[in-house]
Amino acid sequence: MTNEAPPSAPAVPAAIELTEVSKSFDGGSLAVRNVSFSVAPGTFIAIVGSSGSGKTTTLKMINRLIEPDSGTIRVEGERVDAQEPHALRRRIGYVFQGIGMFPHMSVAENIGITPRLLGWPAGQIETRTLELLDMVDLPRDFASRLPAALSGGQRQRVGVARALAARPGIMLMDEPFGALDPLTRDALGTSYRRLHERMQLTTLMVTHDVFEAVLLADRILVMREGVIVADGTPHDLLGNPPDDDVRALMDMPRRQSERVRSLLDNASPGSVP
Amino acid sequence: MNDAWAAAWARLPEYLGEHVVLSASALLLGLLISLPLTILAVRCRRVRWPILAFASTIQTIPSLALLALFYPLLLMLSALSQRLFGQGFAALGFLPSLLALTLYSMLPIIRNGVAGIVNLPPAIIEAARGVGMTDRQRLLRIELPLAAPMLMAGVRTAAVWVIGTATLSTPVGQTSLGNYIFSGLQVENWVSVLFGCAAAALLALVVDQMLALIETGVALRSRVRILTGTIVLLAGVAAAVIPRLQAAPTTYVIGAKNFSEQYILAELISQRLAAGQHRSVQRTGLGSAIAFRALSRNDIDVYVDYSGTLWANVMHRTDIPSREAMLAEVTHWLENERGITVLGTLGFENAYALAMHRERAQALGIRSIEDLARQSSQLTMGGDLEFFERPEWAALRSAYGLNFAARRQYQPTFMYRAVVSGEVDVIPAFSSDGRIAADDLVLLDDPRHALLPYDAIVLLAPARAGDDELKRALQPLVGSISIEAMRAANLSVDRDTDKLTPAAAARKLGAAVGH
Repeated sequence: MTNEAPPSAPAVPAAIELTEVSKSFDGGSLAVRNVSFSVAPGTFIAIVGSSGSGKTTTLKMINRLIEPDSGTIRVEGERVDAQEPHALRRRIGYVFQGIGMFPHMSVAENIGITPRLLGWPAGQIETRTLELLDMVDLPRDFASRLPAALSGGQRQRVGVARALAARPGIMLMDEPFGALDPLTRDALGTSYRRLHERMQLTTLMVTHDVFEAVLLADRILVMREGVIVADGTPHDLLGNPPDDDVRALMDMPRRQSERVRSLLDNASPGSVP
Repeated sequence: MNDAWAAAWARLPEYLGEHVVLSASALLLGLLISLPLTILAVRCRRVRWPILAFASTIQTIPSLALLALFYPLLLMLSALSQRLFGQGFAALGFLPSLLALTLYSMLPIIRNGVAGIVNLPPAIIEAARGVGMTDRQRLLRIELPLAAPMLMAGVRTAAVWVIGTATLSTPVGQTSLGNYIFSGLQVENWVSVLFGCAAAALLALVVDQMLALIETGVALRSRVRILTGTIVLLAGVAAAVIPRLQAAPTTYVIGAKNFSEQYILAELISQRLAAGQHRSVQRTGLGSAIAFRALSRNDIDVYVDYSGTLWANVMHRTDIPSREAMLAEVTHWLENERGITVLGTLGFENAYALAMHRERAQALGIRSIEDLARQSSQLTMGGDLEFFERPEWAALRSAYGLNFAARRQYQPTFMYRAVVSGEVDVIPAFSSDGRIAADDLVLLDDPRHALLPYDAIVLLAPARAGDDELKRALQPLVGSISIEAMRAANLSVDRDTDKLTPAAAARKLGAAVGH
């Protein structure tokens, strides 16, 4: 049984495509069950859900940090299991909550690691590093600092720069701003969204913060117990949730903003027309 | 005192040099084996426990036993290699010491290395995989650099252990700073013992500090520290190795067991050879069984053993022939069974004998053990801690019907004092012991030949059977050393005051017997 591409298939393949992917860690219960979805190039997708819903597992199977038990995963049209994991990962940016700065390397060495693995000439790496520091709003003189001298927010900016260094088309982000204070978190989210636009990236971001998902993503996948239970634009899901659980989840940002709004209204009644 | 200092200083280049070469080789070999094992243990969970358990088990074996165990093991391997490839190797000295010390160095390196890598923060490992490193790149660029301080701490521990334990390689025939300690303990030359301990401790301290310098250099990325530490260590090893490469090959290897008389005789042989323009080195402090096997295997060329020891321990004979008959049979047997040449007897015996204070023996009219037996029920017998368990005691009792009123056991030194003070009437003694003359003791005759004769004989290795030059050089020693001369020499190194070094005693003995 061969799968010939149907004549109507789009000329540009999906950036990421999962087909009936399952994964079990203990050989019995499935952490991810039969998940299928595809991501058009240039889309910003957020996967939301509570802890243990399978969202991080789904993300990490895309760059083979976790191997699926069954199903196929394609990145830019090619099956990931047909590629060397390290070669695959050099084409995909990866940012995660733990950041994982290499403490014995300077900021510049951290940012330039993937280009170095790819064998770029030194001069080109240096130029790219300075360009990336500008992009993530860090002063250029940070290049020579060691990670220990940086704040949490600065470190994650370096983390984003490191992921972008080798000009990947796809970014996988696992709770990237989860450990940062709310202000930094908002600033980083907003500036990353701008980078996503400017560099025409495809971004898949796992977050448990629905507010963040609604504000940043073009499309939201809701996962529960290893299954995708909702898939749509923030507008769709806010207005027309498929079930009560998703409604409860999506209502949270709305309720919070309404409460803030009413607080503001009560504080300055004259401002409402 | 000054004499002992001067003697210790004179030996320092040789002992320290050997010690450094041995320790450095063992540490290097240990690193070369431990690093791949560390990586294997990190990568493969299933072998991690067996590897660590193996390294830990080695540490539980007493160091001296581990060193001693390698000698018979290597003898077997050497015999096997002789059969398979027609080429054996030296099983005594450097090789067993190197292997045992290498094993000793492994645990701290592997344990620290594994802990250093396994306990790295998981986020760093995830990032290393995430940015697209292969397993090898992750190891070389991330895991090893980050675990380096921990690994270096392990290397430092290993270095200190190896340098300390290397002093124990003396009894398996490897010269080291342990030669000061073992010979010093034997002849109660405390200057020598302290000198050896201090030299080993100082060496360990310097090496540890240089490795610490490299360690902080790695951590602080300071090239100056890394270079300084490395250069000092390399210069030290070079200073030890280069004289060894240039030194003319030594001709003869002289063995000695681990008591004063043997040290003196080895020196005497060495002086005889030097007089004939022959170079020699000494392997002293050998265990009795090791000395004989080493000679049979040509690992040493010459040493002095005793007819009764060979009769009982090597030939496993239990009958007691006359002195002459035993000598003839031992000579014949060694020649035919082992190819060992018995050059001849030195002229004295170092046998078990019963000794009494001269005045007491004369007062009681005792000259032989038969006389003693007649009066034994009114007398008290002293002994060292093991004598009453030895076959010699059982043989004496049954041959003469000895039955003493009382028995007392002492440390050897106190046993001699007890017989002098009259606390006991008779004690066992080694016939060449210097204290016999010093304390005015007489040895009782053994007319029923209940005790084995122990003639001191010069043995030559099978490979030296046709070496006429060696035989000519040593021939003058045959029959030249009287029991009185040997006792005087032994006493001069064993006494508490005005001690001589074994080399000085040998010179004096040589002069006294006309060499």
